[in-house]
Amino acid sequence: MKIAGFLLLVSGWLLVLAAVVLLPSGLSRSAFVLAGMGVEGLALILLFRCHRVLHRSHE
Amino acid sequence: MTIPLLSESGVAFVMLSILLIPLAIAGMALINTGLGRSRNAGHLMMSTLCVIGVAAGTYFICGFAWQGVIGGPAHLARLGSKDWNWLAAQPAFLRGVEMNGSPASLTVWMQMLAVALAAMIPMGSAAERWRLGAMCASTALLAGVTYPLFAHWVWGGGWLAQLGVNYGLGHGFVDAGGSATIQAVGGLTALSMAWIMGPRRGKYTSEGMPTAIPGHHAVFVLFGCLMAWVGWLGLNSAGAALFSGMEPRRAVLVAVNTTLSAGAAALMTVMATRVRFGKPDASLTANGWVAGLAASSAGCAFVPPAAAALIGLIAGLVVPFAIENLELRLGIDDPGGSISVHAIGGLWGILALGLFERFPAPVLNTPDGLARLTSLSGVGQGLAQLIGAATLIGFVLPLTYGLNWLLNRFVPQRVAPEGERQGLDLYELGAGAYPEFMTHTDEFYQR
Repeated sequence: MKIAGFLLLVSGWLLVLAAVVLLPSGLSRSAFVLAGMGVEGLALILLFRCHRVLHRSHE
Repeated sequence: MTIPLLSESGVAFVMLSILLIPLAIAGMALINTGLGRSRNAGHLMMSTLCVIGVAAGTYFICGFAWQGVIGGPAHLARLGSKDWNWLAAQPAFLRGVEMNGSPASLTVWMQMLAVALAAMIPMGSAAERWRLGAMCASTALLAGVTYPLFAHWVWGGGWLAQLGVNYGLGHGFVDAGGSATIQAVGGLTALSMAWIMGPRRGKYTSEGMPTAIPGHHAVFVLFGCLMAWVGWLGLNSAGAALFSGMEPRRAVLVAVNTTLSAGAAALMTVMATRVRFGKPDASLTANGWVAGLAASSAGCAFVPPAAAALIGLIAGLVVPFAIENLELRLGIDDPGGSISVHAIGGLWGILALGLFERFPAPVLNTPDGLARLTSLSGVGQGLAQLIGAATLIGFVLPLTYGLNWLLNRFVPQRVAPEGERQGLDLYELGAGAYPEFMTHTDEFYQR
């Protein structure tokens, strides 16, 4: 789960980079940058949940 | 693209500003120490000296070589039809940098202090359980890899700074005083350390409820805030002059904005904690003050004073709730509030610049590469700031977590349970910070 979370984080960033490089128009570029940030947001949720579960199991 | 040469008065101004930055470091050290328990006070203060030494040394050896300066030698990658500047290619050990007040030498001096400040931020989140040796090794990774890489992208003419030149996104990613480069990088490293090390023993009950472990010295914390304020005035002024082409006379705006942002944030935190808990909370107010400082840095030279106050108000409102939710709902033990203050405060600062930017001052990274006056740069600037924030979360966080996770495999970061029980002063240093007093008990440990 933890690895998946970090891979998802990097994927979100790569989506943002791809939007900058590949999309010329302002609107579609902005939409894809926001989509990339959305993916990063999901990854953060996954990581926070994952670490909470991990630390609870250690206590 | 080249950085403009500073006039003699400009060099004197930048040097004076840089001389103030150690006060920010001293202030942060007092805040971290005061928010911890007395049994770890000496260890935290001494660790600060070690961290400064390791950060400065690593930056001298390889950090500056990878960060570089605007217009310096760099590694380029061809992406699409544009050159992407990924990494500086300066010689190691500061070879070739003439220490004579040149922009490169001033950059080296300021960055050595800035990287030390960034390296101190994780000490707040990992306090009371971080071994000294591991702390130094982790600092070397931050000062040698993570910080120079991101700082090159923002302050060394890297691809984030060139988003304006290459893709027409405003002035590219702008971070005059270090909301992203110093605060957010340090704050995200603090989050990584809190994840890797887990909470302090006794912080959570077996049902998962957090217990309060108050700091030992509120006066240290609040005096640290005052020192940090003076240091931040220097940090923001020096950063804006060196990396954003600000003229020295516009330092007035920087000082006004920095002070307004910190003051508004502290007042908002006072009100928020008064409403939430019935009384204003001193340590959360200190956190709010520093969050206002952290958020002010990015746009200190490029937002009007009213916007700076608004940036501070929002930072002061968000931070106490972020601290509470990280502890209560997300199970993250952050004794110094570093994650909320520096990561969230810093990220808010860079996004706020995209919302409120006015560019009355000359800025670098315009399409022709010169510093010049410009007006509003539209949604492009907001998008550039979003891309910078996405890079922090999507690249810097996995990088710093991965490096520290690997380090943890070879050099365990967390102290032994006995060390935590005894306190790091006695366990690692052999003497307490306050030997004439009975300073530690086991009241926070489950029996």
